[in-house]
Amino acid sequence: MNAFTRFASNRGAIVGLGLLLLLVAVVLLAPLLYPQSPWRMVGRPMGAPLAGSFLLGTDTLGRDVAAGIVHGARVSLLIGVVSTVVALLIGVPLGAVAGYFGGLIDDLVMRFTEFFQTIPSFALAIVVVAILQPTLLSIVLAIAIVSWPPVTRLIRGEFLSLRSREYVQAAITVGQSTPRIIFTQILPNTLAPIIVMASLMVATAILLESSLSFLGLGDPNLMTWGYMVGAGRSRIIDAWWISFFPGVAIFLTVLALNLVGEGINDALNPRLRKEDRK
Amino acid sequence: MDLLRFVLMRLGKGVIVLFAIAVLNFFLVRAAPGDPAQVMAGEAGAGDEVFLDQLRQQFGLDRPLYEQLWAYLSNYATLDLGFSYRQQQPVLDLILERLPATLLLTGAAFFISLVLGVVLGALAARRVGRWSDSAITTLALVFYATPLFWIALMSQIVFSLKLGWLPNVGFETVGGGYTGIDRALDIIQHLIMPALTLGLFFTAIYARMMRASMLEVAGADFVKTAYAKGLSPAVITRRHIARNAILPVVTLAGLQAGQLVGGAILTETVFAWPGIGRLMFEALAQRDYSVLLGVFFISSAMVVIFNLVTDIIYRIVDPRIGASA
Amino acid sequence: MTERVLHVEGLSLSLPNAADRRFALKDASFQIGAGETVCVVGESGSGKSMTAHAVMGLLPPAVKVAAGSIRLAGRELLGLDERDMRRLRGCDIGMIFQEPMTSLNPLMRIGDQIGEMFEAHGALHPAARNKRALELIEEVGLPDPAHIVRVYPHQLSGGQRQRVMIAMALALEPKLLIADEPTTALDVTTQAQILRLIDRLRSEHGTAVLFITHDFGVVAEIADRIVVLQNGEICETGKTGDVLRTPSHDYTKRLIAAVPSLTPPEPRRLATATPALKIDGLSKTYRSGGFFAKGREVAAVDNVSFEILPGETLGLVGESGSGKSTVGRCCLRLIEPDGGMIRLETVEIQGMTQRMLRAHRSRIQMIFQDPYASLNPRRSVGRIIAEGPVAQGVDRSTAMLQARELLDLVGLAPAAADRYPHEFSGGQRQRIGIARALALNPKVLVADEAVSALDVSVQAQILDLIREIQNRLQVAVLFITHDLRVAAQICDRIAVMQRGRIVEMAATAELFANPAHDYTQMLLAAVPGREAFAHTHETETNHVT
Repeated sequence: MNAFTRFASNRGAIVGLGLLLLLVAVVLLAPLLYPQSPWRMVGRPMGAPLAGSFLLGTDTLGRDVAAGIVHGARVSLLIGVVSTVVALLIGVPLGAVAGYFGGLIDDLVMRFTEFFQTIPSFALAIVVVAILQPTLLSIVLAIAIVSWPPVTRLIRGEFLSLRSREYVQAAITVGQSTPRIIFTQILPNTLAPIIVMASLMVATAILLESSLSFLGLGDPNLMTWGYMVGAGRSRIIDAWWISFFPGVAIFLTVLALNLVGEGINDALNPRLRKEDRK
Repeated sequence: MDLLRFVLMRLGKGVIVLFAIAVLNFFLVRAAPGDPAQVMAGEAGAGDEVFLDQLRQQFGLDRPLYEQLWAYLSNYATLDLGFSYRQQQPVLDLILERLPATLLLTGAAFFISLVLGVVLGALAARRVGRWSDSAITTLALVFYATPLFWIALMSQIVFSLKLGWLPNVGFETVGGGYTGIDRALDIIQHLIMPALTLGLFFTAIYARMMRASMLEVAGADFVKTAYAKGLSPAVITRRHIARNAILPVVTLAGLQAGQLVGGAILTETVFAWPGIGRLMFEALAQRDYSVLLGVFFISSAMVVIFNLVTDIIYRIVDPRIGASA
Repeated sequence: MTERVLHVEGLSLSLPNAADRRFALKDASFQIGAGETVCVVGESGSGKSMTAHAVMGLLPPAVKVAAGSIRLAGRELLGLDERDMRRLRGCDIGMIFQEPMTSLNPLMRIGDQIGEMFEAHGALHPAARNKRALELIEEVGLPDPAHIVRVYPHQLSGGQRQRVMIAMALALEPKLLIADEPTTALDVTTQAQILRLIDRLRSEHGTAVLFITHDFGVVAEIADRIVVLQNGEICETGKTGDVLRTPSHDYTKRLIAAVPSLTPPEPRRLATATPALKIDGLSKTYRSGGFFAKGREVAAVDNVSFEILPGETLGLVGESGSGKSTVGRCCLRLIEPDGGMIRLETVEIQGMTQRMLRAHRSRIQMIFQDPYASLNPRRSVGRIIAEGPVAQGVDRSTAMLQARELLDLVGLAPAAADRYPHEFSGGQRQRIGIARALALNPKVLVADEAVSALDVSVQAQILDLIREIQNRLQVAVLFITHDLRVAAQICDRIAVMQRGRIVEMAATAELFANPAHDYTQMLLAAVPGREAFAHTHETETNHVT
């Protein structure tokens, strides 16, 4: 059984993948579904779901909740993916260098990484976004800054163990250059854990972004799920739906990414899966 | 003797971390758009020229950068974290006043999540593949994927506004006039919901970790030995599997301390819990940057202490560590 | 006839459907009497471990008993419920395992782990348990029992831990002791001690011993009777002496013939020439500990010197931790030596930067131990072999053509070049590793435990291949091994290493006939089955081809 069929036979992973595809479809179809700006007031304030023409009701200013969720999906996915890519760009090279060369370089890189792991990451993200002013850029930057340390640790560990693997030693003895060894012998063999980690990181980044915008640290020009939950908070008693539905959207997205990540992990490490089923 | 040396070494490391955070704060202030003095004064103080001049004087803002850094660090070294113009109080006083509430909340959440997580994870691993395992793993995944602030809001609606079981917000009943035991019970009533919502996320993490760890240890050679001895499955699980499986969970719990503090910011915001997280949220709304950076610094210090505690626990539980160091 | 301690009859164990054969064990019958040792021998995958686990009632969930009976002192074990089986384990059947390093709970004191044995079966009072634990530790020959009961496993060596395991297994005087490859992970001198210990305890207590092993040397040393397993079926049983001298089944003959003899073949004549490799005063020290902790220094390699002529094989033998592997890796500068000279023909490589060294890499190549870890799983076999020449400037298509020729040379089909490592068996992978090393046309080959991970029959084939290639290409070989039998067969000269130093170096025949150093004598004396396999050299040459 290869990795692909193993993934396909994992019910949770397929559900997750389905949810993700649905989300991507929503993002792509947003201009068709809700062509108007989600900030526009379109109806009576605090209209209940299904009452009137609004599927998920309206918020305190009469904006369509469903339109907000559809447009917010794009921001969530964008920030989740971009900040993960940035975190990988910081974390992978650092981990690779530390794990491959070892010694003093490794010591320095690991001390640096440990430092960033000790800092309460959410507090750091808040401080960074607040001081640089909330924009798409500062939010991506803040999330990347707090997410790279685990990547570095993972990659370092992989490099450390692969470096002493005999086929890497063999590559050294036949005279391959260091960059060639890193790119052809080691890096391809670390891809699987990187992919798994990246999918979980996107989930965490989306959670982080929504938490930031819940506290009012979202980009003021963008409609986001976290902002919607936060904005509905003051009227939670008489209009629960304003906060409820965006939260469900966050939950489903994060859940889907976790299910897919775990599915990939199980598919690529069948040994663990078997133990699971014992 | 060995333990003392270890604690001192780790404390030294902690001091270095805090020093680095002070440096980070210094550069963050400079990275902000605008005059550093105005950033430190916050939105409220930025209009007061006398206060701004005083700040420029105190932090030597007209002198070279390294002298400014030195002035900034000297202030931090004496625990002078700045002055909140808005609140007309030193930042440290503001924080110290709010710190006990946060310690109570995070401490309770840490305890709940660790105990609950380990027990549930162990249970799931023992009954692997059966419905109770599926239930626990599914629940863990759900709580792991749900935004903390949203759970907090929803439990507020359900348990306090609709059902009326627990108080809605705050640390204690305002004007309740309780003293002694009554006051403690009142505070506990207020604590339950924030501590549980904050703890549940981490319960999910620890339960997943504990389950995986138990399954891994169950395949270890010494477990085979235990079976060969004719021990009962209950003894094997408790004495041989669980004790070894809990070690990585303790390490993880130490690493997660920073996240716990971050989670407290959201929980305190929703439940109006008068801790430093709530203080941070207020400072955010008022653009009171000195308070913001001060809370960041103190919460980092909390994490350093949390880490130290888990490391000491680990050292006591695992005999191998002492020998190798 | 009186009932034997263990009576296995018609036992079949079925494997899950996805496995490559239906039965892990098929229709197996054998018996063990009190005070008797029966060895179940076979290569990896023969089902020998499954047999042991079946008796213990500890089969993996996927493996099921399909038919047969297992009787312990007349009592049928199959069909006993879990509670009754648990009462038997430890009490009537003791078991020791292959990996002493991981077989003890790292968080429990030794005394408590032994005490658990009594606790599990409600034997003795708590106070008496401790006293009995001390006696047991004494009995298995560990020094200072009062100290041992209080330490944790990580404070003991592998051999000491295996003694603890034995003490534990014998704590309740079981009728049957199952030993599953108990000495495979140990050094040869430690192995000899453990074998002697098991044998002594067997004769003192009249225990029946079911001994699982792949090593015919060990069999010759300890077994009264032998059961030979091939792919889950018993192909031969009999008294040890009879089977070893006159095996009746073809498979047994082949296995026994593949065991290298301790008697070296006739010495070869080598033309005098410039040494292909000359090492002088090589040293390497490891320092442990960080910035704060005071580091310990271990001299892994201490002033080692030797030279190897073209076409000659120098054996480097020693136990684990003797520094032999470090020497090998230093020769290629995979590990940086602290001092000393490394000369390849006329080029000294010790001071070179890695960049300069790259051009000289082709002069010396390595064959690795683990056939599974030594090939990159994501590259085709052809590319793995061609990587070296390409790195040295040969164009890709020429290198790929050459790779096919090399595959032919090492006895694989040239078409193998397009396949991936996981499609090959361990022996085939080792051939691929040899082809990779030969691709650069080296003057020196370092073979680091190159046959240790292989089954005996495959091992013999790979040794033949190395010898044949050496004859053809006149390459110098540094052959690193812990196995004196292998060394006797393939090496022209042997250097014995102990704690980083070469304690003795001599021509192979000379070294085996008149070992000068105490340590060499000890090593030779410890080789299991040295009498039984001392003179089978002629039969060997008849059978292996």
